Amino acid sequence: MRSTRTIDISTGLFVILGFAAILFMVTQITNREFSLRSDSYRLLASFENVGGLKPGAPVSMAGVAIGRVEDIQYDMNLLKAVVTLRIDGSYNAIPNDSDASILTAGLLGGQYIGLSPGGSDQPYKDGDAVVFVQDAVVLENLISKYLFNSAATKTDEATTPAPTAAQE
Amino acid sequence: MITILRELVQGMLSFFERVGLFVRFSLRLLAILPSGLLRVRPIVEQVYNTGALSLVIIMTCGLFVGMVLGLQGYDLLNQFGSEEYLGTATAISLLRELGPVVTALLFAGRAGTALAAELGLMRATDQIAAMEIMAVDPMRRVVLPRFLGGVIAMPLLVSIFIVVALFGAQLVGVQFFGVDAGSYWSQMRGAVELDDVRQGLTKGFVFGVACSLIAVYEGYNAAPTAEGVGRATTRTVVTSAVVTLILDYIITASML
Repeated sequence: MRSTRTIDISTGLFVILGFAAILFMVTQITNREFSLRSDSYRLLASFENVGGLKPGAPVSMAGVAIGRVEDIQYDMNLLKAVVTLRIDGSYNAIPNDSDASILTAGLLGGQYIGLSPGGSDQPYKDGDAVVFVQDAVVLENLISKYLFNSAATKTDEATTPAPTAAQE
Repeated sequence: MITILRELVQGMLSFFERVGLFVRFSLRLLAILPSGLLRVRPIVEQVYNTGALSLVIIMTCGLFVGMVLGLQGYDLLNQFGSEEYLGTATAISLLRELGPVVTALLFAGRAGTALAAELGLMRATDQIAAMEIMAVDPMRRVVLPRFLGGVIAMPLLVSIFIVVALFGAQLVGVQFFGVDAGSYWSQMRGAVELDDVRQGLTKGFVFGVACSLIAVYEGYNAAPTAEGVGRATTRTVVTSAVVTLILDYIITASML
């Protein structure tokens, strides 16, 4: 058996190393650089479709994270998805006609809410509803719109020459 | 035919008996747990034995597991032109699975066998019987500090393993293959949730409890012969590995 001093020193070293590793994991490799202050406030936005938006997704303005999505609920009266945004209290002068849209980070990235400022001189207050919203882009709708559009233009091309021929 | 059947039944019965003994042993340990927490000195000694002495092997293996992840991950991600996700892939696979599981297997091999052999030898050389004669409870005196030392050491070993492996993957990805160091860490930070860390540490703790319990049980109940000690150490490694992998599935299924 080695002396107790050696044991104590190496045990202490081991425990400190272990806790340093835990600290490193919690602070350096998780996305907690943005933490909300206690004086944050809520905004409500109702969307026809939230796509893949999840609670915890960032709310950003001009690319700067200013809050997080707190909650997503389906409202039976509005027949819409109501998203609760929690905005950091230091951003307390956002014009109250700013619009919210659901955007995608990168090609395959997660979805987030982007706010773009309006022109009103009244700021948003706690519990306000965002009036101007833009839904998430659903890829299937986009494709079907494109397909139907091209089909429509084709039928137009097929039908339009007939009247002109008849006119002549 | 009859003899085969009889042996089968006999084998099943002895298996059930062992499980029953194991449960009784665990409950006994649980009952004396509060009193054992107060005796700090022997626990520190056992944290040294199971934790500090395993540090070198854990760090070496962590480094190489990380380097392999970096190599494989880079090779795969490069085909999609998205090498910058190397950090994310490495961190998530390490935190959720590889870190706790590989550490538990190494822990069973390094610390678990040492515990089992030590206790088995104590049993074989009648030290445990001598304690009982002196009215010293060997469970309290010998088994409990070893168990607690393992339980304390495991989550710390898991964390050290994961962090060393992350730097190993960074070594291969960033230094050898030229993935951008900034995107390696920032992509990782963007995708890893606190839940992933929590899952890793929970697994580390549960595996620590399981592996330490199996090691002290097998050692304490070893047949008091040289062969018995050998069998106890073998059983420790095999049972720990199997139980770790089964528990891993159960925890993952319940936490995802």
